[in-house]
Amino acid sequence: MAEYQTHEHDVLVIGAGGAGLRAAIEAAHSGASVGLICKSLLGKAHTVMAEGGVAAALANVDDRDSWKVHFADTMRGGQYLNNWRMAELHAKEAPDRVRELEAWGAVFDRTEDGRILQRNFGGHKYPRLAHTGDRTGLEMIRTLQDYATYQPVDVHMECTVVSLLKDAGRVAGALAYDRERGRFKLFAAKAIVLATGGIGRAYNVTSNSWEYTGDGHSLAFNAGAALQDMEFVQFHPTGMVWPPSVRGILVTEGVRGEGGILVNKDGQRFMFSDIPENYRSSTADNEEEGWRYTQGDKSARRPPELLTRDHVARAIVREVREGRGSPHGGVFLDISWIKSKLPNGPEHIRKKLPSMYHQFKQLADIDITAEPMEVGPTTHYVMGGVRVDGDTQMSSVPGLFAAGEVAAGLHGANRLGGNSLSDLLVFGQRAGKYAAEFAGRQASPRVDAGEAEAMTRTALSAFGRDGASAENPYQVQHDLQTMMQELVGIVRRGEEMQRALDALALLKARAATVAVTGNREYNPGWHTALDLPNLLIVAEAITRSALERKESRGGHFRDDFPDKDPAYAKFNIVVRRGANGEIQVAREPLTEIRADLKQIIEENK
Amino acid sequence: MAAPKSVAHDIVASGQRAAARSDSSAGDKTRSATFSVWRGAADGGQLRDYTTAVSEGMVILDAIHQIQSESANDLAVRWNCKAGKCGSCSAEINGQPRLMCMTRLSDFDLDKPVTVEPMRAFPLLRDLVTDVGSSFRQKKRIRKFTPRAPDAPDGTWRMNQADADRVQEFRKCIECFLCQDVCHVLRDHHLHEEFVGPRLLVHAAQLEMHPLDALDRVTDLKESHGIGYCNITKCCTDVCPEHITITDNAIIPLKERVVDRHYDPIAKLVRLLRGKRSQPEQEPSR
Repeated sequence: MAEYQTHEHDVLVIGAGGAGLRAAIEAAHSGASVGLICKSLLGKAHTVMAEGGVAAALANVDDRDSWKVHFADTMRGGQYLNNWRMAELHAKEAPDRVRELEAWGAVFDRTEDGRILQRNFGGHKYPRLAHTGDRTGLEMIRTLQDYATYQPVDVHMECTVVSLLKDAGRVAGALAYDRERGRFKLFAAKAIVLATGGIGRAYNVTSNSWEYTGDGHSLAFNAGAALQDMEFVQFHPTGMVWPPSVRGILVTEGVRGEGGILVNKDGQRFMFSDIPENYRSSTADNEEEGWRYTQGDKSARRPPELLTRDHVARAIVREVREGRGSPHGGVFLDISWIKSKLPNGPEHIRKKLPSMYHQFKQLADIDITAEPMEVGPTTHYVMGGVRVDGDTQMSSVPGLFAAGEVAAGLHGANRLGGNSLSDLLVFGQRAGKYAAEFAGRQASPRVDAGEAEAMTRTALSAFGRDGASAENPYQVQHDLQTMMQELVGIVRRGEEMQRALDALALLKARAATVAVTGNREYNPGWHTALDLPNLLIVAEAITRSALERKESRGGHFRDDFPDKDPAYAKFNIVVRRGANGEIQVAREPLTEIRADLKQIIEENK
Repeated sequence: MAAPKSVAHDIVASGQRAAARSDSSAGDKTRSATFSVWRGAADGGQLRDYTTAVSEGMVILDAIHQIQSESANDLAVRWNCKAGKCGSCSAEINGQPRLMCMTRLSDFDLDKPVTVEPMRAFPLLRDLVTDVGSSFRQKKRIRKFTPRAPDAPDGTWRMNQADADRVQEFRKCIECFLCQDVCHVLRDHHLHEEFVGPRLLVHAAQLEMHPLDALDRVTDLKESHGIGYCNITKCCTDVCPEHITITDNAIIPLKERVVDRHYDPIAKLVRLLRGKRSQPEQEPSR
């Protein structure tokens, strides 16, 4: 019989990046007893990788900005599949959430008159991203982490949840293991907030760390919650491509925001030749205007390098496929050219983009103040996730909330850069608040010890296996990543995705035979084996959703249906768990947008 | 058009040169190399050799991952971002405290085994993973950020970029704890309870020099954080992957404040005559 420790909290937050920390802080402010589970050490979550900034219509740099413009930009970027209520709340509340961070010690870069400085980013009409050089995510997570240190929050570091428990239809707790000793922990909770981030490890070229295995997506799915928009995966246009071992590491959009340009091997700024219709009036049609925009000229329109990420990523893929790529299969991204415009160019670059300078110098031997970078798309973010109520962030399972990347709705078909950090703050805060409120109305849930026992046995099953047919968990994971990259990547086809489903069935069978060596103490082989079922669920959810959407929109591009189809603008694709564990796909109509919001969109077109 | 075509062509030429240079500097396309990796737990362990194929541009963490997936599935290693931003993969490589993800194999003579060991100043959990929990617990002892009243009626503050820059140097710390690993007060003398160590002195420095913070932690630094134990050998500064000038910019200015407050006889006399207390302020409310 497996043993476990038990813990009880009013609110249990799973995940300790920006959203999880913000949710935990808010729930603690509300007087709830709070447990916070992090898969790694505190402060190491993927939020730390966010570079460019946090989007909020503070209007410090351009006073024409307002929540309405931010709202309209977010909806346009998401191709109007967004949950409009979330887009509204996000645009309205982001400024307060950013100012609150300053009150908690965050130090953002400043304007001349000492206020928070904001920078340009793709898809944002005005300079809107509050930032700290190019390490905004670190500034944010450290601020939240340090603030939470003094709150009554029980932190469970290096702890991974394997399953949620329910009691009479509502969420009741979670079973987890600690990495250090491999012991199980049973958490009873009146409300649970999922803040587990994304799914990047389902692909082999990714900016995401080992943690991003779709845990929250799978936990919610298995608990009966609906997932939506899973076909929308964001491939960030600029990841490193060379050397091979760093392929996929993020190169911030801030490089382009500061004046960086994309060039193919023929020396052409290819982004100028492909500006989509709905962005034509707001995009510069010459290089001079684009440069002026990056330097704060309010009369200038943005350069085409700052079009939305889905569009830029596809343009890069096209250049490479048509033989105009750089030596290592990307394109050139150059910021060094600005020295022809600014006398102190190199110093300016090091000041504005210190960690990019450092990253290229150290990992690729490239001095970005003197030479161009080679970049190409990398799996970065999933717009899809747990379907939630826009106000409270509660899923279709009572007591189960989701915030941040694991939740769906805010970003629709494509997320704008900078809208993730603000998402974490706005909806982390809301999830924490409403989870605490929900918990306050509940009696203590009953967790079923027998059910927990069965879960521990399943979690340990890979230890008993051996023999010739046993699989190496790392190998199965690697094969899954390669398959998804090839068949359900940035450019998709129906026939390839059908093959992906076949491959997933085989991978599922292989995952059931993985064997683990060694013991339970800090054993990454075991952890990898336990992550596999989650990856398989999200991979299949992505594939089935992508098959269902027979058009191209936002982050989802189909070679066999290359155009946008207005009929597909009317619904989200939603997946749920069927009675036998299978994935069921449905089309859920969008709710009618409120008239005043519709008008804001029209006014900002 | 002000960025003429020639700029773009210069970019391509320069990019192609850089790519070619990067190819040649990366050395052999593939070869094998041996890594002596610490295996074991608190009750004992030893270096074990693993040989694996290595290729251009690889970092130590890549080699460790490869060994893990090929021949040592249960090899314990901590990592996250693999881009030098999260500070998880600290280790001692050929005896030097480094981040595994930012240490390229081309820095080493691969004809000899490269040793990879856990940080030795921390209790070992398993293989390359150590218990760094003390550094998290110690942070609670440093009194929290406490801002002065807002500068503007809308509840916001004003700050100069130059003042922001000063603390941003400290706030870029990624908490890799390599500085704690080399600090001889901790590593050799094990004074973990008496001395918070360089990482937390950097934390204290960012609070003390924070343009908005209104608390005074000078007496705490002397009385409870043990700043006097640091005898400025600068080992911490040498290993910081973020190139924070820990000793000169963080610790020494804090030491000077402690000296001014507690050891300067003239200042003491002045305070006495003015009847001013050395710890004047109350904690402003949150």
